[in-house]
Amino acid sequence: MTAAIAEKGAQVPAPADGETPPPARRKARQRKLDDGPPRWQIYVPLGIYLLFTLIPFYWMLLFALRPSGSTSLVPWPMTGEHFEKVWNERSFGTYFLNSTQVGIASMVMTMAVALAGGYALARFRFRLKNAFMLALLCSQFIPGALMLVPLFETFRNLQLINSMWSVIIAETVFQLPLSMILISGFIKNVPESLEEAAWVDGCSRLRAFMAIVLPMLRPGLIAVGSFAFVHSWNHFLFALMFLSSQEKQTIPVGLNTLIGSDSVDLGALAAGGVVAAVPVVIIFAFIQKWLITGFSAGAVKG
Amino acid sequence: MALTAVPKKRALPGRPGKPGEPGKSGKGGKPGLTGKRGLPYVLIAPAGLLMLGFIAYPMLSVLYYSLQHYNVTKPWRNGFAGLDNFREIFFEDPLFWQTLAFSAKWVVAEVGLQLLFGLALALIVNQTFVGRGIARALVFSPWAVSGVLTTTIWILLYNPSTGLSRYLADAGIGEYGTSVLSDTGTVFWAAVLAELWRGVPFFAILILADLQSISKDLYEAASVDGASRFRQFWHITLPHLKDAIILSTLLRAVWEFNNVDLLYTLTGGGPAGVTTTLPLYVANTGIDGHDFGYASALTTVAFVILLFCSILYLRLSKFGGDDK
Repeated sequence: MTAAIAEKGAQVPAPADGETPPPARRKARQRKLDDGPPRWQIYVPLGIYLLFTLIPFYWMLLFALRPSGSTSLVPWPMTGEHFEKVWNERSFGTYFLNSTQVGIASMVMTMAVALAGGYALARFRFRLKNAFMLALLCSQFIPGALMLVPLFETFRNLQLINSMWSVIIAETVFQLPLSMILISGFIKNVPESLEEAAWVDGCSRLRAFMAIVLPMLRPGLIAVGSFAFVHSWNHFLFALMFLSSQEKQTIPVGLNTLIGSDSVDLGALAAGGVVAAVPVVIIFAFIQKWLITGFSAGAVKG
Repeated sequence: MALTAVPKKRALPGRPGKPGEPGKSGKGGKPGLTGKRGLPYVLIAPAGLLMLGFIAYPMLSVLYYSLQHYNVTKPWRNGFAGLDNFREIFFEDPLFWQTLAFSAKWVVAEVGLQLLFGLALALIVNQTFVGRGIARALVFSPWAVSGVLTTTIWILLYNPSTGLSRYLADAGIGEYGTSVLSDTGTVFWAAVLAELWRGVPFFAILILADLQSISKDLYEAASVDGASRFRQFWHITLPHLKDAIILSTLLRAVWEFNNVDLLYTLTGGGPAGVTTTLPLYVANTGIDGHDFGYASALTTVAFVILLFCSILYLRLSKFGGDDK
């Protein structure tokens, strides 16, 4: 009955956590072994932090679900009027499709390009390698917002202004460096001898990569891919600048329009927020476990 | 010359030539790998071309325009400017210093607080307790939330007539009608709190990942020796986390410096410009003010400041150093 999002966040990863033994008896034995801190030292700060995390989400759901003018702290009686309004009148249905398109296209492009480049960085020595690594790292320090005007001119020269491709390319380009660094770290962690064994058996380099390296990269790729999707789903400035017609806009721009309108319709704003949040929160709930293993697979250490 | 001759003599019997590049005979020298010398270039070509076209070229055009007067609304003044723009930035533009100072304050407050809470949170959810999986998923969830969505949510919370403060005032806590976002005294912390809400999970996730790679044996040995939990944290956990903390704080500092979404939508840089960061000032100058020459010079200055951070970042993290 409470937060639909919170429930989704809660239900999905629960089975994933099943690998660490949850039964109570086992737990009691473990506690004796590693002598953790007293339970209250975990639950009290955790509870306070949970309130800080969840009250804002709840507040948004409350406004999205209760009728306009209501001051109740419980979304009852529940209404779908704000969602209907935002989805149809405020074109969030269109925005949703656009954002999905941009997210998936830039995720696929980022992964393909970063896998190829990451493999080269992990497995070869070549003359431009260090220069290329340096360029990747330096690019992390370029303020994306400051590139808006020159990028705008570039896309105008390519006649891509007001085309989805401008946003897709821009998102891909700014996702690439970090994705490539992460992926090359993951590939380095796969022993090269495994690939060599496959070559000896007559596999081509590509086949050896597909059959042996790629499956082992799964947790890392899930993390990087979801990064790329969530990032471009969330990104605001490129779409704001490069897409001029309203029917091509993405969700963050739609939200910004709602925020900026003279008399803010809080119910519609909250419903728009829920529409923006649901996909990324669901994705997050699924990948949350891989995210942590993906990072501990050596990404942080390079 | 004499120095180089010595190792050469020693290297001669084993492998002749190229004494200076022992690494080359490593991966590159293996049979099967050298077969296609051009392959690595083919593989990085797509990434390289994309970055040349859409990062390097725009960046160069920024450099070019930073030396020009280029303002669409004042075409009669356009032309080569030399270092005029830079002189104006450093000596005649109080807004540059004001926004730079605010950026620094914003980055320090955000990164410091996010690290503090992220570390605490990671230590808590790294313990074994009932409901850990659910707790992790919930506390990490704001990670996936965008700047604009954060603004959406916190505008609802901060709204003076329907937000949280009104209900608190109903219960006798605080006053009615306080709008934290339009008061220059409270707007900074209001924005910091909103950004903190979605920023802490980033640190918590990275630190948790690193915490899991610490061997349990270390703690067992320490507790057998009678070390308190705090000393275990200080002497085992913290040194182990050092690299991850350096890396994530620097990445985050740059990210928080550059990030425009939240402040642009939440405060618009206001009230009275007190929450305008340097990138926000540049965006206003270049996009709304159409003074692209001056905005380019500001961009260049901002980039140099960040490059300084990037050198620090490379030094501290020794990133890529394992190749040598």
